[in-house]
Amino acid sequence: MAKFQSLKDALAENLNDGDVAAFEGFTHLIPFAAAHEAIRQGFKNLTLIRMTPDLIYDQMVGMGMAKKLVFSYVGNPGAGLLLRVRDAIEKGWPNAVEIEEHSHAGMANAYEAGAAGLPCAMFRGYKGAGLKEANPNIRSLTCPFSGEELAAIPALKPDVTFIHAQKANRDGDVLVEGIIGIQKEAVLAARRAVVTVEEVVDDFAGLHPNACVLPRWTVTAIAEVPGGANPSYAHGYYGRDNAGYLKWNDIAADRERFSAWIEENVLAVGPEVFAARVASLRKARP
Amino acid sequence: MTASPSEMMTIAAARALKDEDVCFVGIGAPSAACNLARLTHSPGITLIYESGTIGTAPDVLPLSIGDGELCETAVTTVSVPEMFRYWLQGGRISVGFLGAAQLDPFGNINTTVIGDYHHPKVRLPGGGGAPEIATSCGEIFITMIQSKRGMVEKIDFFTSFGHGRGGNHRRELGITTKGPSLLVTDLAVWKPHAATKAFEVVSLHPGVTRDQVEETCSWRVRYAADVGETPPPTALELDTLRDLKARTDKAHRGS
Repeated sequence: MAKFQSLKDALAENLNDGDVAAFEGFTHLIPFAAAHEAIRQGFKNLTLIRMTPDLIYDQMVGMGMAKKLVFSYVGNPGAGLLLRVRDAIEKGWPNAVEIEEHSHAGMANAYEAGAAGLPCAMFRGYKGAGLKEANPNIRSLTCPFSGEELAAIPALKPDVTFIHAQKANRDGDVLVEGIIGIQKEAVLAARRAVVTVEEVVDDFAGLHPNACVLPRWTVTAIAEVPGGANPSYAHGYYGRDNAGYLKWNDIAADRERFSAWIEENVLAVGPEVFAARVASLRKARP
Repeated sequence: MTASPSEMMTIAAARALKDEDVCFVGIGAPSAACNLARLTHSPGITLIYESGTIGTAPDVLPLSIGDGELCETAVTTVSVPEMFRYWLQGGRISVGFLGAAQLDPFGNINTTVIGDYHHPKVRLPGGGGAPEIATSCGEIFITMIQSKRGMVEKIDFFTSFGHGRGGNHRRELGITTKGPSLLVTDLAVWKPHAATKAFEVVSLHPGVTRDQVEETCSWRVRYAADVGETPPPTALELDTLRDLKARTDKAHRGS
């Protein structure tokens, strides 16, 4: 049953060194505040799963928290490369990281299989693709009815998933809106789920009956962190900080500049700074 | 008004799309071409981005595949598993539009690594949705700026499969879709040869010479029997593209 707590306590109770952890959000609703809290608490040896590692894993990998990355697109979406992840893969700085690479279709199917309680995902994929040779976890099976050969990869089952969402109600149900990405599957595939939200409201009265709601008993902990998805965005609350994403390329290009940025913007502050960061990105509500 | 080579590329690529197409849009150059088509000759085109937005109509080009405006203007937004399972794998998409870091003459694309996969010289972002876009869409259009490093005889890694070794290689692997049927660069329009499936130049953009094409391509350039000239941009095409780019630059760097 969802427990309302501070972000600090939610991380301390739900993330451990060596965990398999997913911090999900497909471009939208990326849980940056939760990741920054994880950086402050200094977790190590994590296996980090994310379809698009984005800046959030660039920062965690750059801080030496990952032993392995499972991903399907390791770029800065629309703005270039992830230079901290690249430094770790190419040069082992600050530590070497193992990688397990898939396609988006593969990762999406694998999360869905995890949520569905299946051991593996089956789909039509990786035909002619080099990843099939590079990743031993990409195998195949034959349809017993048609004889078609299909791709099979293991289900994703994180120890803990972190997501950001728009709202929780006082009971602890969570509402996700807009580009819902992989949020629901990543939560349902995991043993524990920690959700940061823009706001806690009294109830969800008037909500469309088909809205994407995670019932309170699928969520372990909820922390209210307005702005907690910045520099990604929260549909209906504030926009993506595209200029910030473009600037990240310069920050991440240099180890010292990166470390100084983390010191100033993560280690020296707390989750309360996120609200101010999105102030200029808020649009007038329609 | 004279178009720059990259403007000519976007305009020529946009012309290949039809009003009835359902198009899976890659980010960057493909996104500009697809939206230009929507804003000019194909207002009814359905644009789909892998973030789950179906039938989107952004006023500015998105920086990422998941910018908020894609969702705000979409007919509907679905989850990522649904996007890849029902819509892409289900065979609902007529055209996949991709960019490439490294391309070979058979339309195989590498956006994963330069050098050995396990000990890369340069680690690139990887495939994202491309491996399955390349095999599940009805056909594939590719657009990229020509360069010797980009257009190579052999790619370092098969991020997404085009025509493989050429000929019937797709069929041999059980792939039933058409694969790459068009390449639009800043200098020329290319199409695969009917039998070998190697790209050959079918038209040169206005003012472009064969030497220019060959100097910016590492593979031996082949030409169709009757190489034409790409029609120059119309005032409407160029104005619409420039307006779109100006709105986009303002939106992304404005904060």
